[in-house]
Amino acid sequence: MIGKLNYEEIGLKVGLEIHIQLDTREKLFCGCPTKLVETDPEDVFVRELRPTRSELGEVDVAALLEWKKGRKYEYHAPRTASCLVEADEEPPHELNREALVIALAVAKALNMYIVDEIHVMRKIVIDGSNTSGFQRTSIIALDGYIMDGDKKIGIQTLCLEEDAARKLGEEKNFVKYKLDRLGIPLIEIATAPDIHDPEQAERVAFKIGQLVRLTGKAKRGLGTIRQDLNVSIKGGAKIEIKGVQHLYLISKVVEYEVMRQVKLLEIREELINRGVKEENIPETIHDVTDLFKETRSKIIRKIINRKGHGVYAIVLPGFKGLLGKEVQPGRRFGTELADYARVWGGVGGLFHTDELPGYGISEEEVKRLYDKLGADKNKDAIIIIADEKEKAYKALRAVIQRAKQALKGVPEETRAAHPDGTTKYTRPRPGAARMYPETDIPPVEITEELLREAEKYVPEPVDVKLEKFIRDYGLSKELANAILNDLRLDLFEQLVEKYKDRLPPKLIASTLTNTLKMLKGEGIPIENISDEDIEETLKLVAENKISKEAIPEILSYIAKHHGTTPMEAAEKLGLTRISEEELDKIIEDAISQNMKIIMEKPEKAFKIIMGTVMKIVRGRIDGKTVAEHVRRKLQEILKNK
Amino acid sequence: MNNDYFGYRGVVADILRKINASVGDRIIVKKKDKVFEGLLMPREKLYGDKPIIVIKLDNGYNVGVRVDKFTEIYLKEKRRERKSFLRYKVKTQRSDLPKVVLLSTGGTIVSKVDYETGAVRPALSVEELTEFIPEISDIAVLDAREVLNVFSEDITPRDWESIAREIYKEMNEGVDGVVVAHGTDMMAYTAAAMAFAIRNKPVPIVFVGAQRSSDRPSSDSAFNLLSAFLTASRAPFAESVVVMHGETGDSYALAHRGVKVRKMHTSRRDAFQTINDKPLAVIKPYEKKIIIVNKIIEERNKDKEPVLENKFDEKVALIKAYPGFQVDIIHYFIDKKYHGIVIEGSGLGHITNRAVEAIRRAVEEEIPVVMTSQCLFGRIDMFVYSTGRRLIEAGVIPGNDMLPETAYVKLSWILGSKTRNLDEVKELMTTNIVGEMNPRLTIDLFPRWLHT
Repeated sequence: MIGKLNYEEIGLKVGLEIHIQLDTREKLFCGCPTKLVETDPEDVFVRELRPTRSELGEVDVAALLEWKKGRKYEYHAPRTASCLVEADEEPPHELNREALVIALAVAKALNMYIVDEIHVMRKIVIDGSNTSGFQRTSIIALDGYIMDGDKKIGIQTLCLEEDAARKLGEEKNFVKYKLDRLGIPLIEIATAPDIHDPEQAERVAFKIGQLVRLTGKAKRGLGTIRQDLNVSIKGGAKIEIKGVQHLYLISKVVEYEVMRQVKLLEIREELINRGVKEENIPETIHDVTDLFKETRSKIIRKIINRKGHGVYAIVLPGFKGLLGKEVQPGRRFGTELADYARVWGGVGGLFHTDELPGYGISEEEVKRLYDKLGADKNKDAIIIIADEKEKAYKALRAVIQRAKQALKGVPEETRAAHPDGTTKYTRPRPGAARMYPETDIPPVEITEELLREAEKYVPEPVDVKLEKFIRDYGLSKELANAILNDLRLDLFEQLVEKYKDRLPPKLIASTLTNTLKMLKGEGIPIENISDEDIEETLKLVAENKISKEAIPEILSYIAKHHGTTPMEAAEKLGLTRISEEELDKIIEDAISQNMKIIMEKPEKAFKIIMGTVMKIVRGRIDGKTVAEHVRRKLQEILKNK
Repeated sequence: MNNDYFGYRGVVADILRKINASVGDRIIVKKKDKVFEGLLMPREKLYGDKPIIVIKLDNGYNVGVRVDKFTEIYLKEKRRERKSFLRYKVKTQRSDLPKVVLLSTGGTIVSKVDYETGAVRPALSVEELTEFIPEISDIAVLDAREVLNVFSEDITPRDWESIAREIYKEMNEGVDGVVVAHGTDMMAYTAAAMAFAIRNKPVPIVFVGAQRSSDRPSSDSAFNLLSAFLTASRAPFAESVVVMHGETGDSYALAHRGVKVRKMHTSRRDAFQTINDKPLAVIKPYEKKIIIVNKIIEERNKDKEPVLENKFDEKVALIKAYPGFQVDIIHYFIDKKYHGIVIEGSGLGHITNRAVEAIRRAVEEEIPVVMTSQCLFGRIDMFVYSTGRRLIEAGVIPGNDMLPETAYVKLSWILGSKTRNLDEVKELMTTNIVGEMNPRLTIDLFPRWLHT
């Protein structure tokens, strides 16, 4: 692994692009609620998108391929969360003012220059995720910064844009999308490439996310925040990594990308040392189906029995051993080539001689392969693909091009992040986005009035909040810091505001941080616990219906029995609070049952009775009250005796 | 000052003129606390008075920058010659296919976007059309020309006359079908007008438009055009029809008889619906299928000699009955020497009893008055209530189940091309000429609206 010090030497530069959904009442360009729905009634329709050729002139070659395939899109339009606007059957309404005001507030907090007049643009996207064929987006502010310790990280742009439709699945010529997510307002914040190590990337991403959450208007939960990373190193290339869903993955993704670029540069060095030249890599594709007529490889046998299918091969002279070289944990250079084969040829994968014999392919078959192609077993590598001829050819052509690029260094790419932090190639980096004005939406002039309105959402700086939490709310410094760094900070503030006379802020903070963390540590699926569940549970404490000791058990029950309300959980668990009269009755029973021992050892009486009673009432009334009552009752009895 | 500069007026226009900056030129705008550099964009005229200059930044976004007395604006670089876009090879046309001509009347059924300025320009050449919709070249041999360049809402009966003349010319030259690209707002009127203006049609006249502008990838224009070309080249009928989306998705189109169709929605793709009848055909463009679902009135037959009767009378009014209706309105049209009046009455064909005398006066002055219903669905019957009977007695011509718009077009055509004799007008108005009336309204011809 590369030591921390080396990142500077390597010239690591990271830029972040953070997308955060806003929790507005309505969507960005229509009156639909900003919620995702699962089983609500929906209408289904099929459409196609048809970009004019000039729009595709130089853009997304992969997208053009997709269109040529005659791809259609099946849209599911839930009536509770989409309307004619999402269906592209009604022009967009005016820009949502609530979303705009929140964006302005964030821009202010990021020390940005707010533009004088906002123009909504259409950014061409033809993968079907937008029914219109473009995403509506607008620049709200430019050129700000956020501090990371004493380092200034530049913020280049803040955009307000619509989220895309939710992909439900894919069939041969169909992609299915659900329209509930389409049109939810997103803030997109792009930093300058001022970030120079993986931890810093994660820290800055967190800070930006926290800042937006502090407006109290950011959505939370899986999929509500998406991070794209631009990573480059000296001598490498700018790589765009899309869709990092978790904050904690950021540093890993950056680390692995640096590793990948370093390894690719090493491969380049090695190829040059071996005297390999780009023009020596032949473009010939060989049909080697004959060699595998008798193969024991089940996969290959299955494929070549199909009509129009076969085994096709190329030689990479001088590449021997390099395809097996690891570029990221579990990913070899051969895996990189396989990505290209999949994307461009639509094939399942490839075999390369650095991993053969294997997969049922025998040593003899490998030898014959080298003989037939006239390749040198000690120097050259061979790649084979078993598939439909046309697909295999497309795939191998892409592999040849990628192999040639290995001599230049790191090709510019767009990649997608895996859950383990490694990435795969998805397409070449697109050229300048095709954008043109959204003429259906009038430009919005930023007025003093709008800026004043924004003031109410401008988040308090973190240090001001910290002090307030300690001084006004009586939190310990530790707890104050914990809640400040917690995703549910906004919920904490809302709950304190609502219940401050009835619940100590300390209890709210520790429920949101310590209790949930503890439950998570016990392996309880806390993602099933909604904000409403937490609020409802705390409300039961405020209303004296349960004791605060019952909180963990109730939340744990809700997590495991999705759909139960806190009150139901309390009843199921027998944790509803008992009255002091009921308590006294239980204490009296306990005393009368233990009268003999009490009389014999009065000094132990309290401990015994307390233990017996607590066994019955734990979680149903707080311990302090129990102790008071036990002490009083015992005194009465001992005095009488 | 009214002469604007790329949509800008006032101070901004003055500065831009002075530094000789045109749209697409690279300019620098220096404000007190910020410098912008980008390409000058045109200004939508509606907002031209604001002292704001619109520039496209290098990241592709447009922003508006307020200009005050401290703002400095420089021209950095004139717009460079644009690199021409990659040209794709256009399929050569197969001469064995039916010949179809596309007549465009304005608007942008097919367009190209200039991403540097955001300008949308119509693409109407045969080459551009086949580039946009390559499938067309498997359906028909295409020819295209512009016959008019007006917004749909600005079209007048004079324009119907010239469109009819052009179609007639094409028919005489032996085309196998005519497609007319038309803005959707008034398309149904023009389609109805063509039904009457060219009689004894040898081939179909197919009106087509787009509800989503053609500058977006989701535009319905390609699907509709393809369906229209299929209809024009292969349909067994020779009537004036509107071909547009049949539902919200891209699965099928419908061919509606021009005299029975109405735009029933402001924005949906399937806005056009046949009222009081079924559409003539269901069109499946990708399967190249035309499924006839109603009775054909005029059959395709290239031996037929078309007859041009394209005069339309512009002095015809279409007025609506409403509770506060002022009788003066009718007197106004009589005084102004109008030649005909169509009333969009209430219910079975009524208008306030206060209007009866005015209508009587119109008829006495040889001005035909035709009654239709604002219910749209169903037939006029003026014998059920006394008001209706009074109106009939005053000389109103009942419009049967005709759409008010169709009755208006038909009356204009009768008065222009046929006769102004009141009795003859009445005779023609009540005769079913091209399927504008449906003598049998069955239960299924009324759509079910949602109630749960």
